[in-house]
Amino acid sequence: MKKYDVVTTLSYPKTGAMGKTGTWRIFRPILNKDKCVKCLRCWIFCPEGAIIRKEDDSVEIDYDYCKGCGICARECKVKAITMEREE
Amino acid sequence: MSLKDLPKDEYLLPGSAACPGCPATIGLRTVLKALGKKTILVVPACCTAVIESWYPNSSFNVPLLNIAFEASGAAASGIVSALKQKGRDDINVVVWAGDGGTYDIGIQAMSGAFERGTDFIYICYNNQIYSNTGIQRSGATPYGAWTTTTVGGKGEFPKDMGAIVRAHRIPYVATACISYPEDLYNKVRKAKEIRGPKYIEVLTPCPPGWRFPMDRTVEMGRLAVETGVWPLYEYENEEMTFNGISRAIFEGKYKRKPVEDWLKLQGRFSHLFKPKRDEERIKRFEKFVDDMWERFRKEFG
Ligand SMILES: Cc1ncc(C[n+]2csc(CCOP(=O)(O)OP(=O)(O)O)c2C)c(N)n1
Ligand code: SF4
Ligand code: SF4
Ligand code: SF4
Repeated sequence: MKKYDVVTTLSYPKTGAMGKTGTWRIFRPILNKDKCVKCLRCWIFCPEGAIIRKEDDSVEIDYDYCKGCGICARECKVKAITMEREE
Repeated sequence: MSLKDLPKDEYLLPGSAACPGCPATIGLRTVLKALGKKTILVVPACCTAVIESWYPNSSFNVPLLNIAFEASGAAASGIVSALKQKGRDDINVVVWAGDGGTYDIGIQAMSGAFERGTDFIYICYNNQIYSNTGIQRSGATPYGAWTTTTVGGKGEFPKDMGAIVRAHRIPYVATACISYPEDLYNKVRKAKEIRGPKYIEVLTPCPPGWRFPMDRTVEMGRLAVETGVWPLYEYENEEMTFNGISRAIFEGKYKRKPVEDWLKLQGRFSHLFKPKRDEERIKRFEKFVDDMWERFRKEFG
C-alpha cells in the first residue's frame, strides 16, 4: 500500500481494524442454503458487511467479523437464517 | 432496480468499532456503493469517527478527513477549492455528519457552504441523538423521547431540517432511510450527477440510543416510514416528489400505520405507555405527524 509523507496523523485501510469482531458474538447466524432464494436482503442490510455475496448471488457468512446482531435472520423473508447461541 | 443491481464493492471494511446492529454502517455501505472509489469523505465528531476505528488503522477504504464538530461545511468547501486548483473535477466530496453535527452545531458551516454554492453532497445520518457521547438530546430528537438530558421525555418538537435546507434553494434535497437501500442508492447516484450543493438526510435508527433490540434496526426504519413519522422525498429544482410509501401517504392512497406502532417498540418512549398510558403526549405526537403531512399537502399538493 502506498504510504504518504505528511505532517499529520494518518490511518490506512485495514479489514479488522478493531480485530476479529466475531468474538463479540453471543448468537451465531446459521444459514440454510437450501432455503435461500438469493434475494440479497441479508447482504445489503448486514451492518458489518459480513455477508459475502458470491458470483452467483448466493451468500456466505464471514464469522471472523459477524457481530451476531441478528438483522440478517430477521430480514430474511424465507427464514433461511436462524440465530443460535454460541457454545 | 433491485438489490442485484447494487455493486459488490465495499468501501467500509468489516471489523470496525461500530455497535452490533449499527444503522450508520448499513447506511455507509449503501452510500459508498453509490459514490464509488473516487470519493473524499468529511466526518466531524460523531459515532462515525469511532467507527473509523483505531490509529494507525482505518475501516474506510476511501480518503476521509476528520474535522471539528462544527466545521464540516467549511472543510468541504476547502477541499472542493483545492481539487479545483489541482484541476480535478472527478472526485465526490461528501460530508457524512450526525444530526447533532447538522441540526445543531454544524448548521452555520453547512449553510455557508450551501450559500457559496460548493459542489458537494452533505449527508446527515439522523439517529435523532448525540449517540457518540452517550445519548443526549439534539434538535432532531422527537418529542417525548427519553435521552440522558431529557429524562422525563423531551418537551420540544424537532426542527424541520428539510425545510431549512430547502430555503437555501440548492439544486437537490432528499430524505432517505437505511431500510430502503435502493431508494437511498438512487438518491446518492442522482446527487452525484448534479453540480452544486446537495443535501440528503438518512434516518438511522440506533439500537442503544432508541432502546430496541439490535436485530430490529431495519424494521424500526421501515415502521418510521409506514407510520408517516419519516417522509421519503426528493426536492429537485424546487419541485417536490414523494417516494415509495410516502408518495402513497401524500396522495392519500395508503393509510398510515398508527404512530404508536413505532413508539411502542422503543424503550425511549416506554414512559408514554407504562405504568399508565400518557394519552395527552401520545396525542400530541400523533398531531405533530398529522400536521406535517397537512403542511406538505398545502405546500406541494
Ligand atoms: C465543539 C465540540 N463539542 C462537543 C464535542 C463532543 N462530541 C463529540 S461527538 C458528539 C456527539 C455527536 O452527535 P451527532 O452529530 O448526532 O452524531 P452521532 O454521535 O449521533 O453519530 C459530541 C457532543 C466535540 N467533539 N466538539
Ligand atoms: S435474506 Fe435469506 S433468502 Fe435472501 S439471500 Fe439472505 S439468506 Fe438468502
Ligand atoms: S448477525 Fe448481523 S453481523 Fe452477523 S451476518 Fe447477520 S447481519 Fe451481519
Ligand atoms: S451508538 Fe448507534 S449510531 Fe453509534 S455506533 Fe452504536 S449503533 Fe451505531
